[in-house]
Amino acid sequence: MRKNISPAVLICGLFIWLICPKNLNAKQIVCPVCEISSIKQAIEIAAAHDTLLIKKGTYKEFNILIDKPLTLLGENYPVIDGEDKGEIIRIESDNVTVDGLFIINVGTSYTADHAAIRVVKSEHFVIQNVVLEKLFFGIYLEKSNNGKVYHNKIIGDAVNEYNSGNGIQLWYSHNVVVDRNIVQGTRDGIYLEFSDNVAIKDNISSNNLRYGLHFMFSNDDVYTDNVFENNGAGVAVMFSKRITMHNNIFRKNWGTASYGMLLKEIYDAEITGNTFEENTIGINIEGSNRIKYRNNEFANNGWAIKVRGACYANTFENNNFLYNSFDISYNSKVNDNVFSQNYWSGYTGYDLNNDGVGDVPYRPVKLFSYIVNRTPETIVLLRSLFMDIIDFSEKVSPVFTPDNLVDAEPLMKRAE
Amino acid sequence: MLKILKYSFYDLMRSRWSYVYFLFYLVLGFVLLFLNNDLSKAVITLMNIIIVLVPLIGTIFGVMYYYNSKEFTELLLAQPLKRSTIFLGQYFGVAGSLTLSLVLGLGIPFILYGLFRSDAIFNFVLLLVIGAFLTLIFTALAFNIALSNENKIKGFGYAVLLWLFLAVIYDGLFLLSLIIFEEYPLDTFSLAATMFNPIDLSRTLILLKLDISALLGYTGAVFKKFFGTDLGLIVSLAVLLLWTVLPVQRLAFKAKRKDF
Repeated sequence: MRKNISPAVLICGLFIWLICPKNLNAKQIVCPVCEISSIKQAIEIAAAHDTLLIKKGTYKEFNILIDKPLTLLGENYPVIDGEDKGEIIRIESDNVTVDGLFIINVGTSYTADHAAIRVVKSEHFVIQNVVLEKLFFGIYLEKSNNGKVYHNKIIGDAVNEYNSGNGIQLWYSHNVVVDRNIVQGTRDGIYLEFSDNVAIKDNISSNNLRYGLHFMFSNDDVYTDNVFENNGAGVAVMFSKRITMHNNIFRKNWGTASYGMLLKEIYDAEITGNTFEENTIGINIEGSNRIKYRNNEFANNGWAIKVRGACYANTFENNNFLYNSFDISYNSKVNDNVFSQNYWSGYTGYDLNNDGVGDVPYRPVKLFSYIVNRTPETIVLLRSLFMDIIDFSEKVSPVFTPDNLVDAEPLMKRAE
Repeated sequence: MLKILKYSFYDLMRSRWSYVYFLFYLVLGFVLLFLNNDLSKAVITLMNIIIVLVPLIGTIFGVMYYYNSKEFTELLLAQPLKRSTIFLGQYFGVAGSLTLSLVLGLGIPFILYGLFRSDAIFNFVLLLVIGAFLTLIFTALAFNIALSNENKIKGFGYAVLLWLFLAVIYDGLFLLSLIIFEEYPLDTFSLAATMFNPIDLSRTLILLKLDISALLGYTGAVFKKFFGTDLGLIVSLAVLLLWTVLPVQRLAFKAKRKDF
């Protein structure tokens, strides 16, 4: 390829570079002892498409408004201290990049959602390598599309839901990529409202007060390879359509009102290859239709799946249910969902023709689980001998549990 | 009393059944830990076994021992000894040897698998304490039944029925009443109902100490508020103690008046 570039082109390029070297990509240097010692001042001076190189130091500033396409590049993580006075950076221009800053002390307010970085009605923004601490809201995208939130670390110290904010919040923001972020100790780790076509990948969301990831009225979103650990509830997906959930790990969302995943009014979603481990309730499903559950692993949960009602035409295939206290809890006698070719660790049937599929159908709903649904207080009889006996008799001749709620082809070995 | 206790104890220690019981727990402990190296999970499985098996063995052993040693008891009665001394000595001999089999049988494998380096030690100790209490309670109840029934078959029948009632039927009635009265607030009721049955009390006590308690939801929260505190633990242990003391008292009282 190199041979194809003629000397003429080279000379021409050199000429252009000589004529306008600085206007294209000027660099403004900001440091506490420099000529330009504040970020606000630097933004004022800068021309569009400039890069502001912010040197190491502490900048006590808030309400920094970026209203032209700029790149804010931090060197060795300069600290921007908002001193709890309010919002810190507000972006109101397209093509803004914020990179490598350490932002602390966002003001808490009960009337305004102060954020460390807020993007308003802007496109093509990139927010990366930013560390946020002592925050109210972290990164707040408001009607901003086609951007990227990449490799940030958000560490909150939220104690109460009413006076804490979300780590990363998207509001009416479409086509955004949220990738490799670490969010902990906020209210909702990542929150999406009215945001479509968002891709959420490789994030770790843990120890958040409410949800690790929360969808509201957001459609066609994808989240893959994320880890949700020890949150109030791992992921809450509500009132959304066509959400794809792949290869995520939901772990240790354990407590009296905790879930791995909470589905409410979800249609046509796909849940595949996820791992649900040690959650009080693996998936809590309410009013959700046409969802495909495939190749998921449910291990050591209290309830693997709790179906609350109005759930139709869902299919559960090739999932592994391993050592959960209850595999499925179901609150009605009508069943329109299909369970097929799953592996159940509680299965005691046999496989005479050795085709890997058990010859006796498996009934995942135990009588005890049915009783607990009716009268929640009866849970105090958990692990009592009497319950084991009636579970056994129900297994032999089902009376109370839905007749057609069976896995007619239970696997003998764990699904891959 | 100590002499009789010692005699009964050594008598049982020499008997095959004590060894069988001890070996059973030893094997159980090793197998559990071999299959599943996680100490805290083994404690859960063990709980299931202990709350069913310990009362059963205690009941059967107690009745059996009483009837078997009846001739010897009659011989002792001819001696200038207090009656309560004779019967309490026998009772503590039986209960003591059973408890020892349980504690050693389960303790040895768990210690070998590194109990002292694990944070499950408190749960395990609680499990053993509860196992010991259940042995004491059910052996005392069995002695009471045997003392009140001359007829061996009847005595055995009542003893097994007692175990069946407390281990199974009681829970069934409990469940029924919970379902029938589901319209009413049942927290205090279920708390009280749990207190009245030593097996249920033991089960709840252990469950709430393990993190499985999060499953119990709202009712669990009420339970946890009671049992989870030190006061709750002390109250529960006091109730278990009461369950032990009352039958033993009756045993001493009954023995004094019985006509042999």
